[in-house]
Amino acid sequence: MHLDIQHIIYLLSSVTFILGLKMLSNAKTAKNGNSLAAVGMIAAMITAIVFQEGAVSSLVYGLIFAAIALGTVVGWLTAKRVQMTKMPELVSLFNGMGGACAALIGLVEFHHYVGDSMSISVILAGMVIGSVSFTGSMIAWAKLNGKIKNAIRFPKYNILNTIILIGLFVYAAWMVWTGTGSEMHLYVLFAAALGYGILFVLPIGGADMPVVISLLNSFTGLAAAFGGFLYGNQVMLTGGILVGSAGTLLTLVMCKAMNRPLFNVIFGAFGAGTTAASEAGPQGNVKEVGPSDLAVQLNYSKKVIIVPGYGLAVAQAQHVIKELETILEERGVEVSYAIHPVAGRMPGHMNVLLAESNVEYDKLKEMDDINPEFAQTDVVLVVGANDVVNPAAKTDPSSPIYGMPILDVENAKACIVNKRSMKPGYAGIENELFFRDKTQMLFGDAKKVLSELVAELKALD
Amino acid sequence: MNDLIEFFTINKEMIFIVILMIFVGVEVIGKVPAVLHTPLMSGANAIHGVVVVGAILLMLNTQPDNYLALGLGTVAVFLGTLNVVGGFVVTDRMLEMFKKKK
Repeated sequence: MHLDIQHIIYLLSSVTFILGLKMLSNAKTAKNGNSLAAVGMIAAMITAIVFQEGAVSSLVYGLIFAAIALGTVVGWLTAKRVQMTKMPELVSLFNGMGGACAALIGLVEFHHYVGDSMSISVILAGMVIGSVSFTGSMIAWAKLNGKIKNAIRFPKYNILNTIILIGLFVYAAWMVWTGTGSEMHLYVLFAAALGYGILFVLPIGGADMPVVISLLNSFTGLAAAFGGFLYGNQVMLTGGILVGSAGTLLTLVMCKAMNRPLFNVIFGAFGAGTTAASEAGPQGNVKEVGPSDLAVQLNYSKKVIIVPGYGLAVAQAQHVIKELETILEERGVEVSYAIHPVAGRMPGHMNVLLAESNVEYDKLKEMDDINPEFAQTDVVLVVGANDVVNPAAKTDPSSPIYGMPILDVENAKACIVNKRSMKPGYAGIENELFFRDKTQMLFGDAKKVLSELVAELKALD
Repeated sequence: MNDLIEFFTINKEMIFIVILMIFVGVEVIGKVPAVLHTPLMSGANAIHGVVVVGAILLMLNTQPDNYLALGLGTVAVFLGTLNVVGGFVVTDRMLEMFKKKK
């Protein structure tokens, strides 16, 4: 009877995961979907503890509760305190923790199943995938954080990585085949998997990190599913496979939004091998504009489109930009925001940031909807965005971002670009937009210059 | 070959679940707007934290005198919980931002 209830709860938990994920893909139901899945998760965790058969020492219970309590407090506080701009790297961090958890399970369980080749295969697969996901996520975290600045590539890194990957597979297969119970082999495999995770993500450019995190996310799901297979635990299996499958699709959808095939993300050199081209890139004079002149220009415009980018997020300028919007609207200027699918560091990241500062949802326009509007726009204000407005994506087949859909800001009557300096954007390439006749540069920290701009606008009244 | 057939026979329910869940996962994500990619990824991230259940089962089946296994298991439960709690809370915070607009 006990066991039946256990399975019913696991079944219900699985259903909450499916429904939760379904609801998460719709803006209206997303929040409830997340809560629903959370409830299912708590139920699954309690069930696992309560319905354990046989005697369990109080030491074990104590350790479990202590670990859960500590994990809850640390997880809760970290998630509550993180700035919204730092959110993508936090997701990566949490993903890595799940991967590490799966890897540790494999590390411990290995001894208990020596001789059972099927179980050993499942254990090793879970351990290897979990380890790769762990170190890979840590590197992705460090990259988004700015701790690792550039893509680091060893000579022939593609071949090297492929050899290591095949090596991992062969080594694990050999361990299963020989039925070895040797700890040495287990630890060598563990270390090699950790190493592969690092080498796998290290050469990938920062702009592609969202895709990588999504991919590693589905890896961790897969690792969890292998754990479910090992324990014959359905809720781990359903949850893991669900995320593995949905995560893979999400990865592909993201790739499509960026017009970058997954293969190119993993094996391609984004921003590398084109350094020669960028050095010979567009040169010329840039026109500068100050806040006071710009204030006048904006004051007499009819239609203004703001293009926010990661620079806005870094400068925490989302509240100032809302203030600017309010003032302009009061003066009868029509203001909307053009959101590139990969604005910020992750798809949807910019929407979250702007929503935080109460920008109305309807004012955030997606790329395909707003592109035809630029021609009727008086002023486009590009704040901390660069690659997503780079015309080279359309005109220069040698450019690494060639083919990526961009916002057609060049069609507007005037284009103001706010940047801290003339340094190239995340993809590491020059932007000829800055040298165009219609373009004026507004140099400085986004929050600072936009505050000045707002002050100037107020003074104009 | 016999091993494989045996494996399938023993685990056929599990294999059914795997195959069906792959399709469910694809169906569920279907037509998600780009705006929701980040919260969705974050939510999925929290859900794979279900691996913590495995860590709990591991602990429950470990002998109290196997200190290495207990130590690693405790760390695994901690990390898994971190994944679950952090994942759900951060997703909730993201979605909170969307809701405020009304």
